[in-house]
Amino acid sequence: MTTDLLARLSDGLVYSTIAVLALALLAHAASTALRSLPTRHPGASSTLSVSAQVSAAGASRAAEAPGATGSTRERDATDTRAGEGPGRVVGASAVSLTVLGTLLLLAGVIVRGLAAGRAPWGNMFEFLLVLSLAAGGAYVALVRRRAVREAGVWIVALMLLALGLAVTSFYTPVDDLVPVLDSYWLVIHVAAAIISGGVFTIGAITAALGILRRRWEARPVTERSQRYVAALPTASSLDRASHAVHVFAFPVWTFAVIAGAIWAENAWGRYWGWDPKETWAFITWVFYAAYLHAQSTAGLRGSRASWFALAGYVAFLFNFFGVNLWISGLHSYAGV
Amino acid sequence: MTQLHADKPHREDPDEAAATISPSPVGIGVLGWARWAWRRLTSMRTAVILLTLLALAAVPGSLLPQRGVASDPAAVPQFYAENPDISPWLDRVGLFGVYASPWFAAIYLLLLVSMTGCVLPRCAKLWRDFRSEPTKAPTRLDHLEDHRRDVFVGRRDHGETSTSRVDALELVESALRRRRFRVRVADGAVSAEKGHVREAGNLLFHLSLLVLLFGIAGGRLYGYEARVAVVAGESFTNVASQYDDFSPSVWTDVNALEPFSFRLESFEADFETSGARRGEPRSFDARLRVESGEDSWTAHVRPNQPLEINGTKMFLTGHGYAPVVTVRDGTGATAYSGPVIFLPADNNLTSDGVIKAPDARPAQLGLEGLFLPTAADIGDGAFSAYPDLVNPRLLLTVWTGDLGLDDGLAQSVYTLDKSRLQQVMRPGSDQPFGPQLAPGQTVRLPDDLGTVTFDGVRRFANFQVARDPGKELSLLAALMLLGGLTTSLIVRRRRVYVRVHDDAGTVVVQYAGQSATRRGLPHGEIDSIADDVRHELDRHRQPHRKDAP
Repeated sequence: MTTDLLARLSDGLVYSTIAVLALALLAHAASTALRSLPTRHPGASSTLSVSAQVSAAGASRAAEAPGATGSTRERDATDTRAGEGPGRVVGASAVSLTVLGTLLLLAGVIVRGLAAGRAPWGNMFEFLLVLSLAAGGAYVALVRRRAVREAGVWIVALMLLALGLAVTSFYTPVDDLVPVLDSYWLVIHVAAAIISGGVFTIGAITAALGILRRRWEARPVTERSQRYVAALPTASSLDRASHAVHVFAFPVWTFAVIAGAIWAENAWGRYWGWDPKETWAFITWVFYAAYLHAQSTAGLRGSRASWFALAGYVAFLFNFFGVNLWISGLHSYAGV
Repeated sequence: MTQLHADKPHREDPDEAAATISPSPVGIGVLGWARWAWRRLTSMRTAVILLTLLALAAVPGSLLPQRGVASDPAAVPQFYAENPDISPWLDRVGLFGVYASPWFAAIYLLLLVSMTGCVLPRCAKLWRDFRSEPTKAPTRLDHLEDHRRDVFVGRRDHGETSTSRVDALELVESALRRRRFRVRVADGAVSAEKGHVREAGNLLFHLSLLVLLFGIAGGRLYGYEARVAVVAGESFTNVASQYDDFSPSVWTDVNALEPFSFRLESFEADFETSGARRGEPRSFDARLRVESGEDSWTAHVRPNQPLEINGTKMFLTGHGYAPVVTVRDGTGATAYSGPVIFLPADNNLTSDGVIKAPDARPAQLGLEGLFLPTAADIGDGAFSAYPDLVNPRLLLTVWTGDLGLDDGLAQSVYTLDKSRLQQVMRPGSDQPFGPQLAPGQTVRLPDDLGTVTFDGVRRFANFQVARDPGKELSLLAALMLLGGLTTSLIVRRRRVYVRVHDDAGTVVVQYAGQSATRRGLPHGEIDSIADDVRHELDRHRQPHRKDAP
């Protein structure tokens, strides 16, 4: 097949991904909405609360579902509200559509690589595709954890946002690399950075939901709203999921920074030069290090620690968008 | 002695032990205060605060131009010129050299001290833990995680040999030893421990940061970094004076740089000729004839492919054009002749440069030039449309008077000091004289000031030369860091307790696990151990197993 055909096939796959993920987003939103229906007042005689009571009936089975229980086998009240009936079907479709979208995106990225004859992460358009793929892959890998599964609506929304930005603002036709990028370190360094970025995305979402939920749990029971936050997994299970995700992503990010330093030594003659990209990679690393330390500090665990994870994610995003677009430095060739 | 550690951590989590925050001391004297301050400094909370400060302190350096680290050495002077009011103040607090500033150093040094103070006692504790036996099993195991109870009912009426409690204990012990647990058998119970390597990894990680500090210091104290632009056909010798920009370290022996020289025989650049990315570079290749001692060889320096001579590395970091210009003065004498490096201003290599002819008579001449490798629009908005030499043009404005070179002050070779220069105008006009030359063309300057000939164009290459004697140590630190970090995050430290009761031939085996980390026990580990033991027992007899209630 010609490069041109492959390139168009890749674009087609990316557009298909967007369509499938849009459906997945709807399904996730519907599933989230069904979970968020109030159940605390069964006296109310609306059809909505009837279906909610049905879902409460499947309580014990949901708690037994694989992954629904953490390693400490905590069974909290909200776990009993996992979907049954319509909620279950919608939730399953949401996950299936997300898996399908991720597979389509994987195919799109692979075909893109075949079309270009190199690793398909050489410019911002491709970074966004692969970043989105990494987030989708991390979601699929962790979907058995309830805390991650039920954050699906946010994860798919962010994936769609990234893909939408990619095809509108950052679209770049298949092309060769500028000479300084033409190195096997590109494959290693950028792949590690993007994979950790995708996983950090999941971590940031679970951390943010954990903050919301903890705030909710801190209120007196009578003052708690019965909306979205009430249906979220407990703050401690969200924190545990977030911690597990960061425990995976942080060493990968560390590796990405080290690989970048080795590449920089080979390309520019110094392994660390406080180039803006390097500086923000450092800032990201330090924030995540602070997060992991805070997680094992008695007084900081919980919401305070989660803010560090969010700060790290903001630094990561700034490194990706801000530094590429607004700050000139040695990484400025990244192809906008 | 006041009670400094009032709130003991409820779990034996080494991370938590360090996190305990002391209440402020009352009436304990200097030593008490020092002890309190040290505890504070080495607490995990302080480490988290210092990490946050370190991240925040690194931010301004990425937003403001930096001396000695930026890719563009002219960035700081340019920022100064554009922001004359605030720049001296920013400079005073070190914001143009954040990463070398005392306050940045204060943060990371405090962090390293805090870290060392936290880690050293933990090293000692790890050593003691490792040498001591696993703790005794608690009496009741059913409160712990992953509790499991296997019952093996004796069947003496069939005349089979019953499995004794001692057999079961041995089987448990060997199952745990196969899994590389440290095992202690006492009073009918087995206690086993695994995952000390987690703490070792954690310590290795923190230790690596100290090693990294030494690696960085090696480069900062003995290495150097330098830049030089070499025009094709010209030569360069590795001595400090030949560099355009030379940044030695504190203890660099400037007179003992690696002795080598080279001639840039050719520099080739290829660009994308079509498509949306037309003009983007595709390959660069600098061919050098290198001489070092008795040896002489041809080398190619390309992006990602430096030249290394005994630890001194030379990198290709940029390129551009050097128009070859001959300036003859009003008397007909040659006032300047040769290539002049023009600095690229955009991706299509629209380049600026100046030519200074201080020996020109009757008056000194200064030419300000714009070089367009592919001139697209010649006029006020002149620009280059493509980086390769398709339609080269040299646009000049001419200045005459005093170049200011005689007062001995250092001056940039890329700018004209116009304070004592007058611009040459078109004869009989108030428009500046602005000739446009193609290669080979000559222009006669007004007022019999002389002529300028655009002889041709050569390329130049920017080389960065660096020597960093600490980089191997830094690499070692990086590997230690990654290895230690991964180990400390992957390995789970945990204990497994097993109690065996024998009641008239019925053997009851109770298992329980206890995690010393936040992540809990590895999934199914207890079950796998118990299944192994059961399997072994099954080989002796037909078991009747009951699960835990």
